[in-house]
This record gives sequence, C-alpha cells and structure tokens, in this order.
Amino acid sequence: MRTNRMRTAGRYMLAGVVELVLITVASALLGTVHAAEDAGAAKAEEGKPALGANWKSSQANTNVADKASLQRGARNFANYCLGCHSLKYERWSRLGQDLEIPPEVLEKSLLPPGDKPANYILTTMPAADAETWFGKTPPDLSLMARSRGKDYLYQFLTTFYADPTRPTGANNLRLPATAMPAVLSELEGVKHAVFNKDGEFEHFDLVAPGRLTQAEYEGFVRDTVNFLDYVGEPTQGARRALGVWVVLFLLVFTWLAWLMKKEYWKDVH
Amino acid sequence: MASKPQSPEVRAPGGPLPDTVNPLPKKGFMGWLNKRMPVDEFIANQLTGYYAPKNFNIWYFFGSLAGLVLVMQLITGIFLTMFYKPGEMTAFDSVEFIMREVDHGWLIRYLHSTGASAFFIVVYLHMFRALLYGSYKAPRELLWLLGMAVYLALMAEAFMGYVLPWGNMSFWGAQVIVNLFGTIPAIGPPLVEWIRGDYGIADATLNRFFSLHVVAIPLGLLLLVLLHLVALRRTGSNNPDGIEIKEKLDNNGKPLDGIPFHPYYTVKDVVGVGVFFVLFAIVVFFVPTFGGLFLEGPNFDQANPMSTPEHIAPVWYFTPYYAILRAVPDQRLGALLMGIAVVSFFFLPWLDRSPVKSMRYRGPISRIMLGVFVVSFIALGYLGLQPAEGLYVVLARIFAVGYFAYFWTMWWYSRPSVDPVKPVPDRVVFNAH
Repeated sequence: MRTNRMRTAGRYMLAGVVELVLITVASALLGTVHAAEDAGAAKAEEGKPALGANWKSSQANTNVADKASLQRGARNFANYCLGCHSLKYERWSRLGQDLEIPPEVLEKSLLPPGDKPANYILTTMPAADAETWFGKTPPDLSLMARSRGKDYLYQFLTTFYADPTRPTGANNLRLPATAMPAVLSELEGVKHAVFNKDGEFEHFDLVAPGRLTQAEYEGFVRDTVNFLDYVGEPTQGARRALGVWVVLFLLVFTWLAWLMKKEYWKDVH
Repeated sequence: MASKPQSPEVRAPGGPLPDTVNPLPKKGFMGWLNKRMPVDEFIANQLTGYYAPKNFNIWYFFGSLAGLVLVMQLITGIFLTMFYKPGEMTAFDSVEFIMREVDHGWLIRYLHSTGASAFFIVVYLHMFRALLYGSYKAPRELLWLLGMAVYLALMAEAFMGYVLPWGNMSFWGAQVIVNLFGTIPAIGPPLVEWIRGDYGIADATLNRFFSLHVVAIPLGLLLLVLLHLVALRRTGSNNPDGIEIKEKLDNNGKPLDGIPFHPYYTVKDVVGVGVFFVLFAIVVFFVPTFGGLFLEGPNFDQANPMSTPEHIAPVWYFTPYYAILRAVPDQRLGALLMGIAVVSFFFLPWLDRSPVKSMRYRGPISRIMLGVFVVSFIALGYLGLQPAEGLYVVLARIFAVGYFAYFWTMWWYSRPSVDPVKPVPDRVVFNAH
C-alpha cells in the first residue's frame, strides 16, 4: 500500500482551499438570490399599508462599486448633511477622484463657495452654536458606517417620525430621543408612529407626503448610506481589486511549493 | 562538492555529519567568511545536520508559521510606527491617516491587525499539538515553559497593541483589564495607578503602552523565541507517536526515523506557508474586520471616557479568560481564577503522570479530557463575547469547570492504573510514498 499520512494532510489542505473558494462563490450566488427575493418581497408589500413594520430587519443593500449611486450619495450629502455634519478624514479632491467626478463639476456643484478641493470636507456650522441649538455637536460621519454598520444608518434614516414631546418635534425608532431633527421630511413626508396598547411599535402612517415617493426616498437613503460606506473606507475598492491577484498568485505559489515538496520527499522511506 | 566531509569540528545532535552535508569550503568568499564566522558550520549543525522525526503531520506546521507571523508583525509594525502618532489627541487621527492617505497604508494596517489574530490562531494550534502528543513531557519541560513565556509575552504585546488605535473599545478594554490588577489585595490600587501613570486610562498610559509595544516586549519576545529554539535543539522535536527518535540510531549514529530538517522540512514548511498565506490574504483583502471579530465596530469611534460601548469585550483571543472572569460573582476571585486559568498550562509537565506521551497510545479518559478542554476553551471564547447575563453565565460556569478539570484532575486520571495505556511501537508510524 502506498498510502501516506502526509500526502493525505496535503490533500486536506488543498481541498480546504478549494472548498473556501467554492464557499465564497456559493455564498455570493446565494446573496444574489436573497437580494432578488428581498426585492420581490418589497414589491409584494407595496400595496400594504404597514409602512415601516419591518424596519428592524430592513437592510441597506448597497453596492460600493456602483459609482453612479456613490455620486448621487455625494450630492445628497452635500445638499442635506453637510450643513451640520463633517467628513473630517476625507478631502474633496479625493472624493472627486474616487467617484470619478470631473474637477469642474466638483467645484461647480459640490464644493461650498470659497472652499478648496484639497481641503477636508468640513461643515461651516460652528460647533459651539451647534451645541446651543441641538444640545450636542452633530457627530462627524467619516466612520459612522464602520462603527454602526450600513443597516443601522439605513434604519436610522428611514424611521424618523413626528413626536411633539421632543424639542425638535421628531423622534426615531433606531435611535430613540435622537437630537437630530427630521431634516429629510421635506423629501419623505411626515410620518406618525402607531404603537399598540403595550407601547410596541406597529407601523407608520404617512400624514403629509413629501416630494419623493416611498420607493424614491428609500433609493435616496440607499445612495447616501452607500456614499457613507465609501467614505468609511475609501480604499476598499482598491483592496478587493488587489486581493484577487494576490490570492491567485498565492494559489500558484502554493501549488509549485507542493510539487517541490513531493519531489524532495520521494527520498524519504 | 562531492568530496568527503572534512571538518571534525562539526557536531550534529544525531552524531557525525551525514554524507549529504557539503564539506566546508576552503576557498573563495565562503572560505574567507568561514575562517572568521561559523556560517557553514551553523547551517550544518542547525539545518542540514539537525534531524527531525520523519512522521510529522499537519499539526507540525504551526511552529514555523508562528515564526513567520512574528517576522511579519515586526516588519509591518516598523512601517506603522513611521506614521502612527501616540498621544490621546493624535493617535486615532493618525491611524485614519494611515488608512486613507499613506500609500498602501491600509494594507500595512490590515496585515498588522489580521496578523495579531493570526498569531493567536497559530499559537493556539501549536499549543494544542503539544497537548495532543505530550510534547510538554520530559525531557521537554523547559521547552514548554519557554513556549508558555512566549505566549504570556504575546498576550501583553497584543493587549497593549490593541490600545494604540485609541478607539472606544481600546479605551474601555484597557480600563477593564488594567483594573484587574486593582483586585490584588493591598498593593492593587497604587499598582493600577502606577501602570496607568494617571488616575484613569489617559495620554500617559497610551504613550507608555506604545513604548512597551514597539520596543520592550518585542525584544523580550525575540529573546524568548530564541531560547525556545535553543531548547528545542537540545531535545529535538517530539512527534505524533511520542517516541524519542534518538534512541534508535543507525551505524553512522544518526536517528533511523529522522531526516535532515533542511531540505525536507524546509520545503514542506513552504507549502504550509503557502496555504497559510492564501487564507490570510483572503481575510486581509476581503474580510479584514472578520465580522467585527478582528476589528470591532465600536473601535471606529474615538476613545470617549463619557460613553461606554454597549458590551465591553476583549478581542476574541482573550475571551475564554474573560468568560471565566465574569463567571464568578466576586471580582477578586474571578480575577484570581482567570490568572490560574492562564498559569495552569505551566504545570502540565508535572501534572501529567502518564508513561506515554502521545494521545495515540493513551486510554479513553485522557482523550475525553482533552476533548472536554478543547470544547470548553472554544465555548468560553464564544461566551466571553456575549453579554454576561442569564444562561450565558450558567454555561460559562459549566465550561470553566471543564477547563480546570482538564488540568487539575490530570494528576489522577493520567496514571496508567486509572487510564490504561496501549503499547508504544519501537519505531514511528510512517508510510512512505
């Protein structure tokens, strides 16, 4: 019998690598299937009045490789967030480069008047004033997608509702008693939250529609969250692109090393 | 090249040099060099003339891999230190600067952060190998103790390194771990203050942890690893059968079941390195946070003494001990048990009274207890990541009992009268190609 313990071990290792690759591919395929199912489920629910009933399981479903979505997200950020929030680790020029926004367009439509492309993306609202107005300085959003996660941000931006007991007139399901006002209500409309007699949230009622339909607003939030995901790690595209080549190289290297080992170990009896 | 070995000075642990070893060159640059420095003699003694058992299996890859990760951590650490700025006002920003604006800084940082977890993975597997084949038993007790010293140094190194990014979990993790020293009677509170250099985890703490992380502990680690290897050269490696290959020599005085470390195990370890790097690269390039296990979400918020993270948990490689700490209602007792959990490993060579090293030839009780230990260790690791409440605490107590039972009942169950051993073969089990 020419069986061999070491050869078996080596086969296990190779099999492990192959398996990992297969698992990665399979999970990617499964992910697509799930995404499709989710989209179907969302469509089926459109007729129902239970707005926001499933907010806890709602997912951002963003794609950071989608440049058009990132560009829309950057526009949304400049129009609706930058008034109060900074991205203190990201430069305007970096944003323009990574999102493939031509310098003229960047200066004309995103850059605040008087700001320079090499500057970091900073709000013009003075921190001291912000604290007087809101009770706390609005947080920097550079790393929010990394610390809280994309789904958290998506759920936060889709669960604002009118609450007269709050100083800002608005409350939030994801972050109850948030200091942030419902600044996007002109887009999504004004929602009332309906709670059951145990005080558990049931669904939202749209009491005053905004400029966007519900689906359009969800797209708006998705683009914005996608943009914040990019800002959280601007190098993630380069990371994945380089990774493919590194792993391929290492697989070839390991295969050659395995052949060399086999050759040498022919002498061992 | 083909002439006979010439230098009688060369001493291989298994006996005189085998014919396969090249004679020492007399001429040329190597001749010049060898007159002044024992380069070829070193290679002959330590690599081509160093005999290792030929029956190593997959568990024997992790020693060389631990060395590889150590070197990788040193190199990536040197580059990180060029851009990292210790200090509570600068640390967090400088890490983000590395991630965003330093050329390939993200790669260096992810290699280093993933390397920390990889280090513990390979070290834990390396340690498990020793438990599986009785590698801690005589004559390798000192080898084991030095290895455990490496493990302790590694824990200190990893803990202090984790504080450096100055994220909120860095801050609160440091708070919890440093406060453990405060449970020591009498000297505890002043000791904690001395460690921190302040009344809380602060700028002074961060700066001294940086100093220790990049200079003191790496130096200690390197020294301990060197001593670990020196001790290994005296006893030689154990093997899956737990047989001393030096006891069966051929006519030339070399072990019948041994093969020269170089080239056989060097070419084999390269395969291990390749497989390791494939898995490592998949993590670094595609899942560097590893779902919050290798880099935690709350650590992307800057350290904030006014805001405690929802659940404070150390990084995964400390969570088995953290679960033991929290399983005990009394904090002082918990910290003591946690300490004993780590220190227990040191006593293994004297707790184990079996005449046989390898689990292959031990009875069912030893095998079951090793299984209990592995399951307990992994379960405690999981529980340490969960909130300390309800069922989690009950389970942590059960698995803590399993953890300690492995060590502290071994004195009893490892005796052959309790756990009968099987006959050990004369020669190692090895099937050639």
